Amino acid sequence: MSKGFEQPVMMKIDKIISESDDAKSFMFRHNIDYKPGQFIMVWLPGIDEKPFAVSYSGDDFFGITVLERGKSTKHMHGMGVGEQLGIRGPFGHGFSIPDNIKDGSGNACVIGGGCGMASLSVLIESLQDNNTTILTGATTKTTLLFKNRYKDITIFTDDGSEGTKGYPTNSLEDLHKENSYNIIYTCGPEIMMSKVYEFCKKHNIQCEASLERYMKCGIGICGQCVCDGQMVCKDGPVFDSQALDNMSDFGNYSLLKSGKRVSLKEYGEWRGC
Amino acid sequence: MTTPSLTIDLCGIKLSNPTVLPSGFLGTSKSLLKRVADSGAGAATIKSVSFEAREGHKNPTVIPFEAGLLNAVGYSNPGAEETAREFTNLEDLSIPVIASVIGTEAGDFVRVVDKLSASGFSAIELPLSCPHTPGFGLLAGQGTPESTKEIVSAVRKATKLPIFVKLSPNIPEIGNLAKAAEDAGANAITAVNTLGPGMIINIEARNPVLSYRVGGVSGQALRPIATRCVYDIYEAVKIPIIGTGGISTGRHAIEMIMAGATAIGVGTGIYERGIDIFQKICREIETWMSENNFNSIDEMTGIAHE
Ligand SMILES: Cc1cc2nc3c(=O)[nH]c(=O)nc-3n(C[C@H](O)[C@H](O)[C@H](O)COP(=O)(O)OP(=O)(O)OC[C@H]3O[C@@H](n4cnc5c(N)ncnc54)[C@H](O)[C@@H]3O)c2cc1C
Ligand SMILES: Cc1cc2nc3c(=O)[nH]c(=O)nc-3n(C[C@H](O)[C@H](O)[C@H](O)COP(=O)(O)O)c2cc1C
Ligand code: FES
Repeated sequence: MSKGFEQPVMMKIDKIISESDDAKSFMFRHNIDYKPGQFIMVWLPGIDEKPFAVSYSGDDFFGITVLERGKSTKHMHGMGVGEQLGIRGPFGHGFSIPDNIKDGSGNACVIGGGCGMASLSVLIESLQDNNTTILTGATTKTTLLFKNRYKDITIFTDDGSEGTKGYPTNSLEDLHKENSYNIIYTCGPEIMMSKVYEFCKKHNIQCEASLERYMKCGIGICGQCVCDGQMVCKDGPVFDSQALDNMSDFGNYSLLKSGKRVSLKEYGEWRGC
Repeated sequence: MTTPSLTIDLCGIKLSNPTVLPSGFLGTSKSLLKRVADSGAGAATIKSVSFEAREGHKNPTVIPFEAGLLNAVGYSNPGAEETAREFTNLEDLSIPVIASVIGTEAGDFVRVVDKLSASGFSAIELPLSCPHTPGFGLLAGQGTPESTKEIVSAVRKATKLPIFVKLSPNIPEIGNLAKAAEDAGANAITAVNTLGPGMIINIEARNPVLSYRVGGVSGQALRPIATRCVYDIYEAVKIPIIGTGGISTGRHAIEMIMAGATAIGVGTGIYERGIDIFQKICREIETWMSENNFNSIDEMTGIAHE
């Protein structure tokens, strides 16, 4: 398997798109050998290096979509066209598309929450011509990502400011009755993903979820991103139902930067977001 | 032809084969140690643990280059108490587990060793040799015979477990240092830690890539130096050596064993060949031994000196 760029390659920001109240996309005129669901490490010299999904991908360009959260992402939001970021990767295992989805005989559903949509967007593009339901959720209207990027997308907001009020997972039961899904892909808050996983288990549907853990090396050697014996950076970030069955930390625990194992609630609070 | 035996006796600890996971690779959780055991390692070392939790340096912390890795992780670890909580009932694992313990003063090492006493570790490793973390290893002056003696003696009083002292390849008279450790009660020498520090600059960014700017060199670039260190130490001490540095094939492992190693550490090799490198190396050692009429690891240890 290709190891991608092993060291950061400096790339000029070619274009910046404002996606929502707190998310911007940064586009680069470069080709990277990217499979949906993989991630790259983005280096801000002198500041830090952080993992991001590739949210736009073409023959001679790619882009990332960055939610403003802390120091590094705030710095990125202040950057302009022509400035450079260091890119290494892509790393990890991405989503798989089963034959019955490829040949149009089956149905797929994609459920994204918040900036989880960034990890799903290239996958959605490759599923567009097939029978795919796209559900997206956000806290409120102004933080929704990519709502105009796809033909058919069903929107949910926690406060009801756009689309249906509530979580995308609420409508799964009805949608599945109608479409009998073969596979459901998800990325977003882990509580949401774990609900999707449980739903799939109950209805015997294949599930693929893209996990987030604090990352350091990104190449499967330091052990920082561990989730029950799996390295999220190398074995994941996308895991299927069979892998998730053996990951009791999924939906429950994560490691802080020190390696301390804490509940997801505590991990979320430590984020400061 | 009989199948050669890969089992070794490392100061009283029985290993099914000589491969050992060195500290800093995957040793953050019991679940990963289980995976390393399932991948064929003979023993595993946990990520170095200090008394208090440490977040370590900012990213980038590890960067590959043509001949290995450059790292300055900065000893991130959740502290002694959390580590004791994570690594309980280690007897459940099929392989011996070594606790890597760090500190600034001798008393710091003892406090950590005390906290870990009920976990079921098979040995304590003292890396008195990190080249890139202020307050620890070389940057705390731990690379001298005096300091080595003081720390090892203090830990000797605190535990009955075998003590491994991990040395730096930077030390010119490495045999003397190993001897000081042996005299103070160490049961084995782990040689070596990373070399350096070194630096990698991204010329477009005009900036060192590691956030800490400098870091330790591991992997292929380190291997001939590590082999020489093991050779020198073998001449100076009687206690066994865990030869570590740049090993990624069975041939490398045998070379290290011939230099004087009883066991061999495989860290950076995981990046090159995947986590099942332990199995791969064992198979390669076995094949070479059969072809060359060796029956045991012991028969090969140190034969480059004869
Ligand atoms: C595989 C993967 C893909 C991701 N894709 C995207 C994406 O497409 N778009 C996006 O906006 N965000 C994505 N993230 C999250 C992104 O990495 C964080 O938002 C970013 O690191 C925050 O950095 P900061 O300095 O702004 O905030 P900080 O204040 O440093 O951190 C805020 C929170 O971000 C997370 N975080 C910080 N550093 C890391 C790290 N090194 N590794 C993992 N998580 C970290 C933690 O939850 C932390 O509490 C992804 C994370 C992972 C693991
Ligand atoms: C990312 C990384 C982290 C490391 N962390 C530690 C550590 O915490 N404690 C320690 O004693 N050695 C640490 N080391 C050194 C290794 O244990 C080993 O001695 C060194 O890498 C040489 O072996 P190798 O070439 O097989 O990797 C680390 C090395 C690397 C590359
Ligand atoms: S981030 Fe280092 S192993 Fe995944």
